Amino acid sequence: MKFLRNYLNKIKPSFEEGGKLHAFRSVFDGFETFLFVPNDTAKSGVNIHDAIDSKRIMSLVVIALIPSLLVGMYNIGLQNALAAGTAATTCWFDMFIYGLLVMLPKIVVSYVVGLGIEFVVAQWKNEEIHEGFLVSGMLIPMIVPVGCPLWILAIATAFAVIFAKEVFGGTGMNIVNVALVARAFIFFAYPSVISGDSVWVATEQVLGFGANAVDGYTCATALQYVANGGEIVGASGAALSVSDMLFGFMPGSIGETSVVAIAIGALILLYTGVASWKTMLSVFVGGIVMIFVFADKLPADMPFWQHLLLGGFCFGAVFMATDPVTSARTEVGKYIYGFGIGAMTILIRVLNPGYPEGMMLAILLMNVTAPFIDYCVVQSNINARAKRLTKKN
Amino acid sequence: MHRVVKISKGLNINLKGAPVAEMTSVETAKFYALMPADFTRVTPKVVVKPEDSVKAGDPLFVDKTIPELQFVSPVSGKVVAVNRGERRRVLSVVVESDGKFESVEYKAKDVLSLSSDEIKADLLKAGLFAFMRQRPYDVIADPKDAPRAIYVSAFDSKPLAASFEVALKGNEEDFQTGLDALSRIAPVHLGICACQKSTALLVAKNVTTTIFKGPHPAGNVGVQINKTAPVNKGEIVWTIGAEEVIFIGRLFNRGKIDFTRTIVLAGSEVKNPSYSKVVLGAQLTNLLKGRLEEKNELRIIDGNVLTGKKTTADGFLGAFSTGVTVIPEIMGGDEMLGWAMPRFSMYSTSRSYFSWLFPKRKYAIDARIKGGERHMIMSNEYDKVFPMDIYPEYLLKAIITGNIDKMEQLGIYEVAPEDFALCEFVDSSKLELQRIVREGLDKLRAEMC
Repeated sequence: MKFLRNYLNKIKPSFEEGGKLHAFRSVFDGFETFLFVPNDTAKSGVNIHDAIDSKRIMSLVVIALIPSLLVGMYNIGLQNALAAGTAATTCWFDMFIYGLLVMLPKIVVSYVVGLGIEFVVAQWKNEEIHEGFLVSGMLIPMIVPVGCPLWILAIATAFAVIFAKEVFGGTGMNIVNVALVARAFIFFAYPSVISGDSVWVATEQVLGFGANAVDGYTCATALQYVANGGEIVGASGAALSVSDMLFGFMPGSIGETSVVAIAIGALILLYTGVASWKTMLSVFVGGIVMIFVFADKLPADMPFWQHLLLGGFCFGAVFMATDPVTSARTEVGKYIYGFGIGAMTILIRVLNPGYPEGMMLAILLMNVTAPFIDYCVVQSNINARAKRLTKKN
Repeated sequence: MHRVVKISKGLNINLKGAPVAEMTSVETAKFYALMPADFTRVTPKVVVKPEDSVKAGDPLFVDKTIPELQFVSPVSGKVVAVNRGERRRVLSVVVESDGKFESVEYKAKDVLSLSSDEIKADLLKAGLFAFMRQRPYDVIADPKDAPRAIYVSAFDSKPLAASFEVALKGNEEDFQTGLDALSRIAPVHLGICACQKSTALLVAKNVTTTIFKGPHPAGNVGVQINKTAPVNKGEIVWTIGAEEVIFIGRLFNRGKIDFTRTIVLAGSEVKNPSYSKVVLGAQLTNLLKGRLEEKNELRIIDGNVLTGKKTTADGFLGAFSTGVTVIPEIMGGDEMLGWAMPRFSMYSTSRSYFSWLFPKRKYAIDARIKGGERHMIMSNEYDKVFPMDIYPEYLLKAIITGNIDKMEQLGIYEVAPEDFALCEFVDSSKLELQRIVREGLDKLRAEMC
């Protein structure tokens, strides 16, 4: 440790103003503050500070995402084996390794592109690198179908980081959720890789792992079957059981399928107080209310809670709706905001004929509405204060 | 019975080095200084030269805009230096004590027979008006104003703060006289803590007493105003420290200036933290001699950990300070991957650390910021420790963007920088909130006055 600190101290001058590596100052700063807590002490105001910082908060969210990520990787392998008909003969570990091999390039592409842009912007603005992308960079590969090509992922990530975040001023200033903008970008620019029935299951071997499915193999997501009014079937063609829905053994975006894994993440976020229980709860309440409102338009034989298990509902409620920057920031506002997301999701799922999923659009829509919700809540405080003044006069 | 106000939002930070209610005698300091920066708003005009001899109560400098507002020497002796900084700004006026503590003689008076103007005039002449602050803006008050009320908080709820009951012992009569004098100017509101048992506080006369229950910032006078009768636009409320009320009492009871304070020396790096009697403005050398631990690099704070200023071992006690706190500057050297570690020995309000499991445990916290400055990311961090009926985040954003209308609407007239100290402590984005609020108040005052 001492050795590392000394080494950093030795190379530090060349990254400073006038040094020959000054163009990489933000990269050096990023790594230095990542490795060692800066020894800067308070200059004005309070003399002591709480030990919490945004690095820890962001890494907690990444930790909360890990269960979903691991199950998602296993599920990639499982769906591949089911599609190829080799599920009975493939060991779970091979399935996981296959999923890992499919997933890893996506994660690497997302981080390299996103962090690369962050480093450039930090250098340009002469700021410290912000940690926000640690979370977005993990979310982006988890909310796309397994069939999304890497180059599209790279373009979408770049678009989202630049136009949804950096132009607004970086982490903390963005209006809409960065990861969802990346997904929405793919959705509108390359709809064929994010909808339909040929992108949800990996059908090719990778480095000798997995199996090749038959040519022209197709399998839609559960929600697509619900929208079409047919029976919900999995990759093997057999009907999906409730436990498949709970554990996430079904086709879908990589991280969104496993409700159990998401629940573990939710517990981590709620226990540490990083995510607001008010937002999370209200999303579910909003969703359930809307399911009952549209009961006659939904398949009659499907219990209301199954709608919440399918698609990105849980993943969105736990990891995307609770993003503190883009969600409502007042406590009353969080109830309204969350309820709006849940309600809007079901509304889109039921009334939109073209696209069976509604979570992404609902969250983006409520992101845009959140400042207005907060405005109304804060305005009530302003009005009360103005009233007090008139009462006195 | 007195009205009881419960405050639920807030935070008591359990720090190591809390004082015991014992007096430690300290050798009298030789040098005393008055620092104009302590008196927010005031542009000083120095009226003494080095080598002039002064008595306690003789003015050292006056306010340029309100010349009758004078700032007096706490001791008798001779002026040794007028220290100036950049652009000849006066940093301090230093007086060398002759050890006699002679005061300018005033007449002892029965305050209840005096008029408001007479009391103001006496306070101005004796330099005691300099301790009167006002809301809005949290600046030194203008004697020409007619305040709606005067608020006195008789307890300091900040971490490791001095207990006023210790200072009050033996000064009960002066405290009551001081309250009587203030009550001639405007109705006086006294805020006391549910834990205070002193009869001088419980049965204080000519005041409206309110009992406050709850964690810090219950003792902040701004919170007490907000919870009893918030400041509206156009109103002026004066505030004064409880110990300064005793100074006023001494003036009218004995006809003398006596700025002796009972201050606390506390903090994790202090051996046997306790109280001492020290005259305002005293150099800290004698107070600190032989009482500090030497393991770490030290941060000596004039005041408390939340609102105090960093000073040096030969610095001076600030005019409003009721204590000196000593904490480590950096504890334990370079910390690797600190953000990812369990950090069992560190205090945090976040449950990602473990300090919430040990609510009684006391912590030594160093002066490191422990993170980089970011935009506001987490919501509801400030609200949890900010008990006023104000949206702190929105007020701060209005200040940062310089939106004066919004600042007014969101209640900037009710706040002082110290009210945001806890928000600044818990902030994961590590913004300098007290500085931001101070700049906002200054900007607003420049526009409005």
